[in-house]
Amino acid sequence: MSNYKNNLVVSSSPHVVTALDTRMTMLMVIIALVPSLLVSVYVFGPRVLLLTCVSMIACMFFEWLWNAMMKRESTVGDLSAALTGMLIAFNVPAGLPVWILIIGDLSAIIVVKQLFGGLGKNLVNPAITARIILFISFATEMTTWPLPRMAADATSKATPLGVLAEGSLDNLPSNMHLFLGFVGGSLGEVSALALLIGGIFLIWRKIISPVIPACFIGTVFVFALIYYAATGQGDPLQMALFHILAGGVFLGAFFMATDYVTSPLLTKGKIVFGIGCGIMTMVIRLWGQYPEGVSFSILFMNCLTPLIDSFFQKRMYGGKKK
Amino acid sequence: MIYSNMYGYDYLKAEKLTYGLFFLSAVGHNAIIQLCYRKDGLINMGKKHLSSVHVSHHKNTAACASEVMPIPDIVKISMSQHIGAPCKPLVAKGDYVKVGQKIGDTDAFVSAPIHSSVSGTVTGIEQARSAAGGYDTLVVIEPDKKQEISEEVQIPEEPKDLAEFVADVRKAGIVGLGGAAFPTSIKFNPKNLDDVHYLVVNAAECEPYITSDHRTMLEDTEDLIRGCQLIMKYDGLDHGYIAIEDNKPDAIEHINKALKEHGIDNIETFSLQANYPKGAERVLVYEIFGKVMNAGVLPADMGCILDNVNTVTKVGHYFRTGVPLIAKKLTVDGDAVKEPKNVIVPIGTLVHDVIDYCGGYKEEPRKILMGGPMMGRAIPTDEMPIVKNNNAILAFSKEKAQVKMETACINCGRCHQACPFDLIPTALADAYERHDAQALFDLDVNQCMNCGSCSYICPAHRPLAFMNTLGKSIVKEAGIK
Repeated sequence: MSNYKNNLVVSSSPHVVTALDTRMTMLMVIIALVPSLLVSVYVFGPRVLLLTCVSMIACMFFEWLWNAMMKRESTVGDLSAALTGMLIAFNVPAGLPVWILIIGDLSAIIVVKQLFGGLGKNLVNPAITARIILFISFATEMTTWPLPRMAADATSKATPLGVLAEGSLDNLPSNMHLFLGFVGGSLGEVSALALLIGGIFLIWRKIISPVIPACFIGTVFVFALIYYAATGQGDPLQMALFHILAGGVFLGAFFMATDYVTSPLLTKGKIVFGIGCGIMTMVIRLWGQYPEGVSFSILFMNCLTPLIDSFFQKRMYGGKKK
Repeated sequence: MIYSNMYGYDYLKAEKLTYGLFFLSAVGHNAIIQLCYRKDGLINMGKKHLSSVHVSHHKNTAACASEVMPIPDIVKISMSQHIGAPCKPLVAKGDYVKVGQKIGDTDAFVSAPIHSSVSGTVTGIEQARSAAGGYDTLVVIEPDKKQEISEEVQIPEEPKDLAEFVADVRKAGIVGLGGAAFPTSIKFNPKNLDDVHYLVVNAAECEPYITSDHRTMLEDTEDLIRGCQLIMKYDGLDHGYIAIEDNKPDAIEHINKALKEHGIDNIETFSLQANYPKGAERVLVYEIFGKVMNAGVLPADMGCILDNVNTVTKVGHYFRTGVPLIAKKLTVDGDAVKEPKNVIVPIGTLVHDVIDYCGGYKEEPRKILMGGPMMGRAIPTDEMPIVKNNNAILAFSKEKAQVKMETACINCGRCHQACPFDLIPTALADAYERHDAQALFDLDVNQCMNCGSCSYICPAHRPLAFMNTLGKSIVKEAGIK
């Protein structure tokens, strides 16, 4: 008979935990971005792969570097830096010089994420902020859109929203082309279909809640519908579809606005967040200086997230009437 | 103000506008909440089922018929096997005791007497650390293995009224066998008996691995039904529910068949989703009656008497045989146990004797649990004795005993989605970390029943449920009510 006394682990219950940890969660999101990556490689060529790999590796390197400098345990293994790198690559034109991309990675990981305390402590989405930093700092490079493989004419050089911002409704690509992704634009935002597949995968695996994407895309659609019906420009339904398919709405709604850290915790907060993103996007697109407003709208709502979260004090089970 | 003028923009106005918008949405939200209020002032959650998590069932021993373990070489019977005042030993060193003889009792209201599970000689009365962390008095008995039955064990006469029934239940030493070990006699004697109409038998057994309740339902069906009938008769209850998770279809079928054979139509089985924690008292009341049960409220206040299936079965068993609660059915499982099985062991048997009966350890155990993996206690030594409310002993190898490293919260909100009572564990954990008693109280930390769903689901492996337990003591110390 052997007795065991001093080598037993005594810990608090529960004694089992789910396999879906942070690393697995991040891996799921990376997997969900793969269809979009494949479409992008097809549309813009192999340089897409180069940019994506460089960006992921650079982000992981900066994360490792910071941890090493701060003498902390390395958090590269949780894959959140890899995901940030992938999203930054998805937000730049395929022709962007690599050194500019690395500046974006540096600002995302060091400035936006680690200076605020690392994963879970950042106020705003690192990838979105990196895009905005690059967009403002390198305006020319960030708006030089390479020709997509199936470019039929010169107008394809610009993004669909860029064409719209020039004030012409006639040269817009068809909604079907937008849906499939055969248009100009940032690396990962071109194919709404591929992003939708990834988004549905995440919702099915219960990684993200459908509330933010639904409110975001729904608001953009309704806003556009009302605007074009009121101003009488074009066919309202076609234009509303154009606005949700063009630009970064799908990428933003499914992959950036749903970032756990920088979006509200409770469902009611998520509704406010999604609607806010949609309204800001359309306001910037229709009346703003820039043709595209998704990244600015998400950044804006990121800043409001703590306010939204503290506002919605959820009533708990059995809570008495006050 | 200076800043707002600097940019030529009135930030205060913008802030007011933002709050205004939030205020409007809150008014709408409150209007919806008002519609959901029931007459009794509680919120109808507006959903059919409370949130739950899916934990792998691991019901490996469901097909293992219970075996009776031979009497071990030593038993140590704890004097504190129930919630409430511990018993005082009625025997001294050197005394000879028989099976079923009362060896511990107290005059305290919330208590139950303790009986000897073996016949033999008392070799000492010692103090030892209990699984809960405190010190218990243990009566150590060296069994003579003759199992002589005490004269005290008599088949009870049919009770004339509720008072006699309750006295008999107390005499049998029956406590809640689901885990809480609340003296059952008190549960059967509610203050508001006129408002109590239902019996709920909790046979959900939502903890992974454990199958002892399942085996009881299949093996002791007659005692279970007898127990239900007795309770319903003396407490004047109209209807009984036996709530079973739908991962035990054989038990549901078996009980339905038995009820039909007896021609009983006021007891029925109630099928629950096989998710964790459907077997928690307050969750069960919601699932069956759709009523919200607050922390600290008794089932009787919700109009029902709610007991674990083993408790009810023991009541039936006692009135049939007169044998008090001296043995317990246990599931012995885990990857460090050679032959997982269900065993009936005398109360007071040491954990390592139980495991030796199950073939011993397959490999070196690194974690031994009393109870299931979700709410069970990890014990520091396998020399602890079995107490009344044990229903499982699980031993795990190094690989499974590993405590996962806690990483940073990513605000995913899964803990909140998993919580049956819609608490926000991540906010509670933040409040705990800064020792903010008021925030803990406002976030309803006292509603937490420590089911562990939040800790289970947390991708960062934070000990959220444990922090709530500690948070409750912070609130208690601060004296906030």
